[in-house]
Amino acid sequence: MSDISRIHLLHAAMVVALVICWFVLPVYHAGNLARIMVFAIYAMGYNLLFGYTGLLSLGHALFFGAGMYGLGLAMHLGGVFAGPGILAGLITALVVSGVVGFLALRTSGVAFMIVTLMFAQAGYLTVLLFGTYTRGDEGFVLPQATRALMGIDLSDAQNRYFAALILFGIVLFFIGWLVRTPFGRCLVAIRENEERARMLGYDITRHKLIAVILSGTISGLSGAAYCLLFGSAQAAFAAVPYSIFPLLYVLLGGMGTTIGPFVGTLFMFYLIDWSGGNMMVAGVVLVALALFAPTGILGEIRRRFTPWLP
Amino acid sequence: MEFGPHLMLAALEGAITAAILALTAVGLSLTFGVMRVVNVAHGEFFMLGAVAAWFISTTIGGHPAWGFIAAVVLAPLIIGLLAASADWLVLKRLDYDPERTIVATIGLLYIIQQGALIGFGPNAQPVEPPFSHRIALPWFEWTEAGFEMYYPWGLSTNSYKLFIIFAAAMLLLGLWLIMTRTKVGLVMRATQQDRDMATAFGIPVERIYALTFGLGAALAALGAVLIVPVQQAYYLMGHDPLLLSFIVVIIGGLGSLRGTVLAALLIGMSDGIISVFFSPTLAKIIATLLVAMVLVFRPQGLFGKGVH
Amino acid sequence: MTSTKKTAISRRSTLGLLGGAALAPAVLPGLSGFAQAQSSAPIKIGFQLHRTGIGAAYGRWYERTSNAAVARINEMGGINGRPVELVIEDDGTDPKRGAEVVEKFATQHECDIGFGTLFSHVVYGSAPRAGELKLPYFVCSEGHHVASGALNRYVLQPGITDVKSQVQAMAPFVADNLGKKVTMIFPDFAFGHDHRDFFSEAIEAQGGEVVAKIAIPPTETSFTKYFPQIPRETEVIYHVMVGPAVLTFVKEMGEFFGPSRPEIFGFIDSLEAVDLSSPGLEFLEGTYFWEGNPRYAQADQSDHDKAYRAAIGIDDNGASLTDSADVSTYAHMFSCWETLNVIKRGMETAGYQGPADRVKLIEAIEDMTDMAHSDDHPQGAKLFNGKTHQVFGHQYISQVEEGRLNVKHTTAIEDGFYEDEVDYTAQSF
Repeated sequence: MSDISRIHLLHAAMVVALVICWFVLPVYHAGNLARIMVFAIYAMGYNLLFGYTGLLSLGHALFFGAGMYGLGLAMHLGGVFAGPGILAGLITALVVSGVVGFLALRTSGVAFMIVTLMFAQAGYLTVLLFGTYTRGDEGFVLPQATRALMGIDLSDAQNRYFAALILFGIVLFFIGWLVRTPFGRCLVAIRENEERARMLGYDITRHKLIAVILSGTISGLSGAAYCLLFGSAQAAFAAVPYSIFPLLYVLLGGMGTTIGPFVGTLFMFYLIDWSGGNMMVAGVVLVALALFAPTGILGEIRRRFTPWLP
Repeated sequence: MEFGPHLMLAALEGAITAAILALTAVGLSLTFGVMRVVNVAHGEFFMLGAVAAWFISTTIGGHPAWGFIAAVVLAPLIIGLLAASADWLVLKRLDYDPERTIVATIGLLYIIQQGALIGFGPNAQPVEPPFSHRIALPWFEWTEAGFEMYYPWGLSTNSYKLFIIFAAAMLLLGLWLIMTRTKVGLVMRATQQDRDMATAFGIPVERIYALTFGLGAALAALGAVLIVPVQQAYYLMGHDPLLLSFIVVIIGGLGSLRGTVLAALLIGMSDGIISVFFSPTLAKIIATLLVAMVLVFRPQGLFGKGVH
Repeated sequence: MTSTKKTAISRRSTLGLLGGAALAPAVLPGLSGFAQAQSSAPIKIGFQLHRTGIGAAYGRWYERTSNAAVARINEMGGINGRPVELVIEDDGTDPKRGAEVVEKFATQHECDIGFGTLFSHVVYGSAPRAGELKLPYFVCSEGHHVASGALNRYVLQPGITDVKSQVQAMAPFVADNLGKKVTMIFPDFAFGHDHRDFFSEAIEAQGGEVVAKIAIPPTETSFTKYFPQIPRETEVIYHVMVGPAVLTFVKEMGEFFGPSRPEIFGFIDSLEAVDLSSPGLEFLEGTYFWEGNPRYAQADQSDHDKAYRAAIGIDDNGASLTDSADVSTYAHMFSCWETLNVIKRGMETAGYQGPADRVKLIEAIEDMTDMAHSDDHPQGAKLFNGKTHQVFGHQYISQVEEGRLNVKHTTAIEDGFYEDEVDYTAQSF
């Protein structure tokens, strides 16, 4: 079997497995899985920039928050329906990531980390500044009745699960496709050796900018989905820890792999859940990862068993 | 309050921020300069310094000055040793790979933070300053009767706050002397310039790295010991110093000690002074965006040469 | 001790069953055995606790208070003859984790209800899930979120007055005794904005005015630079700060004013869990504080307050009996105690048996009105508004005298009334 069909098969198998999960898992774990899929979208968006393009951002909470507040405020204050709400979330994230990308990409390395961190911090403070509308840290809830798409009540557990799964599947296949296109391969080339890619005649800045925008918009989709499916928005989601989380998920799962972000999100969720919400566990895992498995779970699997893994 | 005295007060407050920031950021800059790694757990060493100061001063009791003196000596030593052992146990094994080091130090950040929560508790704990006197400050005014001096309402500072500025300046001077006039400083600078060459000349690079990492953390701890009588020890207090030190180190030009001190002054003072003109949260946003813009348009920092 | 009592009960009921053994199985097939199992199983209360994160300083006292309240309830025979069990989950004072914890209560631990949240962003993050999962969710947060109508029918706050009511009740005292020109200093987030908006409105109604509003960013650690924004004409400073930097804030305020301070009125939140004898707080002598519940035992201390302190292990200065430097969050944590007692009363009125009776429980609590000053309600008498799911109570205004807080004025419950903003009873379950 060719690598490409293997990859398609893997992604399809994963979606099918997730469909089955809904029917076989206990309610609690099925509920968790819906959350995990939403955050895995965030991690996949982050992975596109970090894992594939090699740009370490510490400010993705800004994009997640842009999606969340884009949808949240449009529905909460603008009174729009969920469909246009999602669109508003995506557009907000797109614009924000475009601006941030345009500016931040003038830097690289540690300076890029700091600039993205600064922009995210400014974004977080802006949510507080406009507390009259956003209600700052406290945030707001979307009434259950408004959280419906084409007549489907998204606050219902099953509908929510499958809505999350559909979004997750779309993003998974999109990224699986994207990284195999010439554009995607160029991103990897930039990660591996930026100078060489430049020498080969690629427009590095343009590629990177598109990568930031795609990554930011996917992250925004996750934020919008969270707000819609779980019904609330708070400034905390735009704060520093939420910039660290996708980094953690991606590193744990395996950077530069298509399903690594999901695996990382899943593991991290259950690690924290199992430890009673204690972040100490996250710390120990990170140190252990850096020491023993710098390429993450899927990176290790790929190295040992399945070199074709996307 | 009138504009003049207000500005003066803000500048004084800014100077205190700058003094502590300079110490903390120089620690971060040192590890970056010599070891080429970003220590994300730097703010946690700051926090540990404050917690240690609280612990030492409450254990010793008696006049707060004794506790303070003991803390100034012991806290940086303990935190420095702790950091050096973290270097030995973790960072060395990563071969100081920049990205893996970031991951590992984010891990250390969580471990130290939660460890402090368990050992020290969630409350903010005050430390009594060794001395503290309110000093009313005068202001000058040009009136019809000529030049007049008066004491505006609210314009005051505190003897201990002035001491912080003085002590930080002295400590930075001491550090500069160590770096330029002693053999340890020479060896550290040599390692900074060329690791391989240093190794070839028989410099025990690994030990120098542990020393540098320890010294960097000790400086953060020292900054915390100085500021904790004004603020409090709290297990989540490392967040802001980390963020600000990061900014200062980048603006100052990575690894440049002189640039770092200048940048600390700039950032600390502007944090105070911008607050005169804008509402507090807006002031924070503006200050944050300004820093981002400086980096965007001068990625190598204001005072240094770029490394990337 | 509890277990012996439990055995006694079950033995007696077993005897009763044996007595009717000849008849019962024939008439009520399968029922007797089930009822027996049901009656001895504990009622599980999911406790959403801020054990880590910024709420941790409050969380540990919320935990101690709740444990004491549950121990007392169990000593008195539990609820409907069943023991009560607290299922504690840490939410990290984070809205996302908060929602997950609520889900955990409902679907994994199979708790009967959820309870105990303090920080309002966690309430906002969790409340939608509680509503969807149809899990009665009792918050102890003093936020205006419940009464504002933003949440849903499954969320109630029967243990502590909300901030709107607290603030409104303060305004007459401030205007009559301290001054009419007020400068407000508050954190720049929703809780602070509530203070700003509700107090501005209330003081204007008293003929006063707010001359300056100084919003401090929540991440701030030094405050002196903001104080010059206080206008000279200020007669009263109204301060409310939360978070770890509160002590710095109060100290720096004292240093700023020096010997010539205006009147100062603060919410005790600015010094909750902080020892009043901490260095630098001397200037607070003579200033006033709102207290949800008086930290220092007063001359006219009620027996209820005495019993309440003893149960948790708190001395007359509001600190831990074992460590006098370990100061409690006395002004807020009574809400856990009282909420648990409201839950008990509600479950008893509703004849609560299990999750199927959740709706009956909420309806029973919605029907409540008066709550008498008692061991169940040591903070004072209260009046519950079933429509808004919010309780109203007395507020205390204390003055710092010789380093302790002495109550100078107790507001009437009616002082905190405002027009209903929602009728949850009109919403469907």
